Amino acid sequence: MVEAQGLKKSYGPVQAVEGLDLRVQEGEIYGLLGPNGSGKTTTILMLLGLTEPSAGRVQVAGFNPTREPLKVKRVVGYLPENVGFYDDLTARENLRYIARLNGIPDRDSKKRIEEVLEQVGLSEVADRPVGTYSRGMRQRLGIADVLVKEPRLAILDEPTTGIDPEGASQILDMIVRMRNERGMTILLSSHLLHQVQRVCDRVGIMHRGRLVAEGTVDELSARTSGEGLEFEAQVRGLSPELVAALKGLDGVREVVAQGERLRILAEVDVRSAVARTVLEKGAELLELRQRAFTLEEIYLRYFQG
Amino acid sequence: MRVVFWKELADYFGSKRFIILFFLILIVAGASAYLASQSLRESPPQDTSYVYLDLFTQSSGGMPSFLSFLAFFGPLIGVLLGFDAVNSEFSRGTVSRVLAQPIYRDSWINGKFLAGLATLALALAGIILIIFGLGLYALGFPPDGGELSRMFTFFVIGLIYLGFWLALGILFSVLFRQAASSALASIAVWLFFTLFLYMAAGLIADQVAPVSPTSPAQVWTRNEEIRDLVLRFSPVALFEEATSAILIPSWRGLGLAQLLTQRDIPTNPLPLGQSLLIVWPQLVSLIALTSVCFGISYVIFMRREIRSL
Repeated sequence: MVEAQGLKKSYGPVQAVEGLDLRVQEGEIYGLLGPNGSGKTTTILMLLGLTEPSAGRVQVAGFNPTREPLKVKRVVGYLPENVGFYDDLTARENLRYIARLNGIPDRDSKKRIEEVLEQVGLSEVADRPVGTYSRGMRQRLGIADVLVKEPRLAILDEPTTGIDPEGASQILDMIVRMRNERGMTILLSSHLLHQVQRVCDRVGIMHRGRLVAEGTVDELSARTSGEGLEFEAQVRGLSPELVAALKGLDGVREVVAQGERLRILAEVDVRSAVARTVLEKGAELLELRQRAFTLEEIYLRYFQG
Repeated sequence: MRVVFWKELADYFGSKRFIILFFLILIVAGASAYLASQSLRESPPQDTSYVYLDLFTQSSGGMPSFLSFLAFFGPLIGVLLGFDAVNSEFSRGTVSRVLAQPIYRDSWINGKFLAGLATLALALAGIILIIFGLGLYALGFPPDGGELSRMFTFFVIGLIYLGFWLALGILFSVLFRQAASSALASIAVWLFFTLFLYMAAGLIADQVAPVSPTSPAQVWTRNEEIRDLVLRFSPVALFEEATSAILIPSWRGLGLAQLLTQRDIPTNPLPLGQSLLIVWPQLVSLIALTSVCFGISYVIFMRREIRSL
């Protein structure tokens, strides 16, 4: 659906995007992650043909956005960061305008607008001027705005930023539904990892205009913890003797004790051996689990280096 | 582009500032035309062939004529429609959303300009027709074809003039990020052309060709010529000259030349074509100014990064 190769964009001396390679498959939810200023929005603008790349090739839905912007824009819906509406028009009027710009005749758009308003839960306030809307409502209207044109690819720039957790989770649910019910491909950018983690099939991590890592969250997690497995335990009645015994277990590389908490680095799964040892030494095992890397940790690891 | 055009047109007509300004100008224009018609009644002219046009050019009782009002306040309507056309869309964040729709970028700005022009056309036509109606009521006989055709020409020139100010407003709205700074810049240009340039023209002329009561006629003419030359940089002066020729059929020259010849040549009204011929340069300059203004904003807007605002 989206294919970019060696994409570059510089604003004067500033390199916003430096040689980005990106592939988004049809029907997947792809998360473009990265801190502010890492080039996510610039990348998106280039995909839409709103900004001309300095170098590199882009194909969106089989078209080149720079050469054939209208063909791309016809099949791509875009929700900008800090989406804006005409404040003195109602939600319905705003959507109708977009429908008209897309050349959808009024009699077709009427039904479609009702549908999408229903879907994002704004039917009841659809006749109020958008100026009176809250941030969350605007964002939902933004989603409706994308849905009205029934795109094949939806590009959402920071769809959950600045919204309370409940609203954000509603929006994420909508995004998943867009893919499941309408078969849309979705490319979303965010710096809020834990949210994106929930919905994305694949993520790409951007840093200083480059894609530094790409894959499913699990893959990235595995790659990050490549050095070994990590376990966490809580033990009551921890003694130095016990720590030493744990260190002596097969496959255990390191044990770090902190109060009742233990961090165990190992090459293999040593949980049952740890449990047995703890109990044998007469201590109480309150908790023992393998630590999974969240995207956040993966993320931090990439950006600390 | 049609979609953008209709939406913007609806926005303009609904906007409060347009309604306020329109009524302000309507009242002032109506009052000046009414007073002109009163004075026409009190002292009817010998020749009534172009009396309707007098409604627009006669000043009486301290009220300037409708023509001067339009020259002075017309720019305000034009500029007010244009000054936040583009930058407000940037600050509201609607630009990227609208431009992500399948329309060409230029149809967006063209649609905005044309909608503004249509708004101005309707407002101007409305005001002119109201004055006409008032004239019909006050004078009691209908206008003839000559008057109507001159009226229409006046309308077209007026529209080009207002269009220039609209284009200027749009130009500033593309150049400045803040609506406030573009409004200030537009008003500065307006004041410069309507007030300062008139003062400056006199000053420059007196510097280059100083005149005293005993100066020979050549010096006086030269002084007058320089003054006119400087003034013609201003669209306001161009508009006044151009419309004077159209609305005063016997008007056949500019400045001192007119004064000198008036005594010797009978002031028969000229046909419309001849009047147009006199002010053809002014007309062309007005059209050129409008197109250049819009052209610059068009180019800047087309090249602007969506990001950079």
